[in-house]
Amino acid sequence: MSCEKILIKGGRVIDPAQGIDGLMDVMIENGKITKVAKGLDSDGAKIINAKGLVVSPGFIDLHVHLREPGYEYKETIQTGAMAGAAGGFTAVCCMANTQPVNDNGSITRHILERASLAKGARVYPIGAATKGLAGKELAEIGEMKQAGVVALSDDGRCIMDARLFQNAIRYAYMFDLTVVEHCEDEMLAKDGVINEGEVSARLGIKGIPAPAETVIARRDADIAGYTGCKVHLAHISAKETVDAVRTAKANGIKVTCEAAPHHFTLTEKMLEGFDANFKMNPPLRAKEDVDAVRAGLADGTIDCIATDHAPHLQWEKELEIDRAPNGVVGLETALGVSMKLVEDGVLGLPALIALFTSRPAAAFGLPGGSLRVGSPADLTAFDPEKKWTVNPSAFFSKGRNTPFAGMELKGKTLLTIVGGEIVYNPETL
Amino acid sequence: MVDSPLVNFKGRHLLGIDDLSADEIIGLVNTANRFVEVSEREIKKLPTLRGKTVVNLFFEPSTRTRTSFEIAGKRLSADVINISAQSSSVVKGETFKDTVLNLASMRPDALVIRHPSPGTPLYASKFAGCPVINGGDGAHAHPTQALLDMMTIMERRKSLKNLNVAIIGDVLHSRVARSNISAFKRFDANITVCGPKTLMPAHMDNFGVRVTHDIYEAVEGADVIMMLRIQTERMAQGLFPSLREYSSRFCLDSKVMKKAKPDAIVTHPGPINRGIEISSEVADGKYSVILDQVTHGVAMRMAVLYLLCGGAD
Amino acid sequence: MKNDGASAKVVLSAPDIGRTLARLAHEITEKNPDCSNLVLVGIITRGVPLAARLSEKIKEINGIEIPVGALDVTFYRDDLARKGPNLNASPTNITFDITGKTVILVDDVLFTGRSIRAAIDAIMDLGRPGKIQLAALLDRGHRELPIRADYIGKNIPTSRDERVMVKLREVDGEDAVFVTGAENG
Repeated sequence: MSCEKILIKGGRVIDPAQGIDGLMDVMIENGKITKVAKGLDSDGAKIINAKGLVVSPGFIDLHVHLREPGYEYKETIQTGAMAGAAGGFTAVCCMANTQPVNDNGSITRHILERASLAKGARVYPIGAATKGLAGKELAEIGEMKQAGVVALSDDGRCIMDARLFQNAIRYAYMFDLTVVEHCEDEMLAKDGVINEGEVSARLGIKGIPAPAETVIARRDADIAGYTGCKVHLAHISAKETVDAVRTAKANGIKVTCEAAPHHFTLTEKMLEGFDANFKMNPPLRAKEDVDAVRAGLADGTIDCIATDHAPHLQWEKELEIDRAPNGVVGLETALGVSMKLVEDGVLGLPALIALFTSRPAAAFGLPGGSLRVGSPADLTAFDPEKKWTVNPSAFFSKGRNTPFAGMELKGKTLLTIVGGEIVYNPETL
Repeated sequence: MVDSPLVNFKGRHLLGIDDLSADEIIGLVNTANRFVEVSEREIKKLPTLRGKTVVNLFFEPSTRTRTSFEIAGKRLSADVINISAQSSSVVKGETFKDTVLNLASMRPDALVIRHPSPGTPLYASKFAGCPVINGGDGAHAHPTQALLDMMTIMERRKSLKNLNVAIIGDVLHSRVARSNISAFKRFDANITVCGPKTLMPAHMDNFGVRVTHDIYEAVEGADVIMMLRIQTERMAQGLFPSLREYSSRFCLDSKVMKKAKPDAIVTHPGPINRGIEISSEVADGKYSVILDQVTHGVAMRMAVLYLLCGGAD
Repeated sequence: MKNDGASAKVVLSAPDIGRTLARLAHEITEKNPDCSNLVLVGIITRGVPLAARLSEKIKEINGIEIPVGALDVTFYRDDLARKGPNLNASPTNITFDITGKTVILVDDVLFTGRSIRAAIDAIMDLGRPGKIQLAALLDRGHRELPIRADYIGKNIPTSRDERVMVKLREVDGEDAVFVTGAENG
C-alpha cells in the first residue's frame, strides 16, 4: 500500500542522530521525510495517529541470516524481510553463509534482485571476506562492492589466519568496506557446544571458553590499530571482550562492535534443560558476562544491537544438543527484549534507539538511521508500554527457534514504513 | 509400605541422581539387596514383570551396561529388546526423536537409553510415553552406575554418611564421576577429585568438592576410592602426554593405598586398564570391590525396573 | 488404624492364640508322623513368628527341631499393577534345602488365597519340595482361588470389607486378633 503523502501525528519522535525527542508530527512525501515539527497540517495526507507511540528512524540490523539462496526451507529473503519489518527494522544486513556463498558479484546481484521483489525491510548483502568462507584466499571484494555489498564477513567462521585477516581489512579499506569478524578461536572452541562454565561442568556438555572470543577480538583490534583500517566485531558476548573493545576504542583504534539481545538477557543457566533453542554461537554466557555486555551498551563501548537472526527448522533444533545447529531467530523479539534495558535502568530510551538506528548506520556507513528532512522515509513506530507474549507460531519468520518463547515483553512495533511505503501496520493505526 | 517415599513412582523417570532424594536412594539400595539373593539361586527368575517390555536403546557401544539391564529385565521375566542405533542421526537419516517415537508406538513399559549426547534421555522422556531410564548420556549422567556404587559401598560400610571419598582420573569426561558426586553429596560426603588439571572441568566452583592433582593427598584418609577409566584418545587431544606419565602420577597402587583407611574400598566402573589407572595388585586385592559392583549392577537395575515398571495404575 | 477402639472386636486373646498354636502343632505331628522331613516356612511378615512358635511347640511334643524359614512373596504377587512396588520387602531367608521336604507354609490369615498362590510359586523357584501343606492361624473365607488350608487355627466368618488384624508380640508387642468393621469414612 503506497501512499504519496503520510502524516504521522502526535507521536513522541525520537531521532538520536538529530538530538530530537519530543511530541511532534512527521510528514512523508514521495517516499521522503519532508517535515518533522509540532502541529503539522495534514494538507491532504493520509493521517496516522501515533498518540502514545514512539516514532523513530527505522531500525537497522547489521547481522541477520536470511538463508537464501540455498536454505530457503529455513528462511527466504521475503520472509526475513517481513520478519524484520514486523520487528521495526527497515534495513537488515544479510550474512554471506548461504549456498552458494555470497563471495562474488553474481550472488550479490541475485540477492539484491530477490530483495527488490520482497516486501518488508531493505536487504543489504554482506559479502564473504574469503572465498567460500574457507579462510584461505580473499573473495572478489571489489566486484562485490560494485554489485552492492555493504560490508564483508566470514560470519559463522572466524578468519583464523591473522595475516589473511590483515590483508582483508587492508584490501577492504580501498572500498570503504568494514570487515565483520566472527571472533572465535576455532582451536580453543573446538567441539564446544555451550559456554564453558559452571553449567557445562555440571551437565558434561563440551564448553566454549570465553577467551576463544576475546583472543581474536584483541588480535583484530591490534591489527586494526597497526594498519589503521577498521574492523567490526560481531555478537560480542564475553566480559573480557567488552573490556578489550573499550581499551581499543580508548586507544583510538577503529573498532566497532555489536551485541545480540540474547547475550544481554539470558545466561548459560537456560541450557539446563538441554534445549537447543538456547544454543547459539557465541553461546549464552555467565551472569557476569551478561552484566558486562549491558555495561558496554550503557557506556557506548558497544555500538549497536544486532540480532544474529538465524532461522532453523524445528526438527533441526530437536536434534541432540551437540548436534543441533547454532542460532536463534531475533528480528521479531529484538525490540521487546531490548526494552528491558530501559526498564532495568541500563540506558534511556533515546540511547536504546541510537543502538538500533544511528549507530549501526555509522558502523557500516549505511544510509538511513535518521529522520533528517530529505532522507528516505524509513521509520518505525512502537508502543513502548504494550505488553505481549512471545508466540513463535505467530512469527513472520519461518524460524520458530527463539529462546524467548512464552516470555512476556513490553514494547511492540505497530508501524513500519520503508521508503514511504507502509510495510507493517498490524492494527491499522 | 504406604510410608515408603518411593512407592509412588508412577510417571517418573530415572534421568539423573538429582531426581532422587537420599531416602529414595536408600530405598533403591534396600530393594536391590533384596534381589541379590535371586541371582544366587538355581532358578534366577522372578515372575514380577511378566508381560512387561523393556527396550534397551543404545546409541553407543556398551557391553556391560546393556547386558546388565538385559539380565536384570530377564530375571524379572520382562521381555527385553536390545536395539543398537546409529549414534549419528544425520548418517542414519532419522532423528533421535523419530527413533524414540517409533519405539514408543510399540508401547514398551520402560525405555533404557544410552547415548553419546548429554540430555537425550531427558528429551526422550518428554514424549516416550513410558518411564525412561538413563543408561549413560555423554559425560552428563549415569544414575544406575552411581546407585550400584552406593549399594556396593553400603554393603561394606553400612552407612553412606560422612564418608571421605576420592574420585580419581578423567573427571572431565566422566558421567560416572558426575552422578557419583551428586549421590555422595546427598549423604554429606567429603569429596576430593584428583587427576591432571586438563581432565578436570574448568569451572568446578559449585561442585562442592576439593580438587587436587596429587593422588597421595586425594587418598589420604579415604574410605572410598573411586577410580575412573582413562581413555587413550585423550592423549591425541593433547590432554596428557603419555600413559607412562599418567600412570606414574595417577595410578592407584599399593603404595598409594597405604594412605587410605585400612578398611578402605576401591571401586572402578570398568573396564579397567591394568597398570595404567590401577595396579593389578590393587584391582585384585582385598580393597577392591570391582566385581561386586558388576553383581550389584544387575540387582540395582532389577530394582530400578521393578520400581519404574511396577507403578500402580 | 486410628479407629481401632470403636468397632474392634477381639476374636482371639493371647491365651487363645497359644492354645490354638498348640493344637495346630499336634495336628501337624499327627498328619506327619515322620517329622524329620518337615520344614516350616513362614510367609513374611506375621507368618514367620507363627512358624517359629509352631516349631517350638512341635519340639515340646516330640523333641524334634523343625527348621524354620522366612518367605517373601512380594515379587510373586499378582497385584503389582494395582498396588505398586513395595520397597520395604524383607528378604527371603531359607537356609536349608527344601527339595524332597514336606514344606508347611505358615500364614496368619487365609483370605483370597492369592498370597498362598504366590508363596507356592516362590517356593517352587527355590527347589522341588516333596509336599507343600498350609497352616493358617485364621481362615476368614472369601477365597478367589481353589486353595484350602491343611491346618486352620480358627474359622472366622467375616464380610468382605471387614478387616482382620493379627497382632503378634514379636512384631507388634502383643498377641491378639481383632476384627474391625468396615470403615465408614
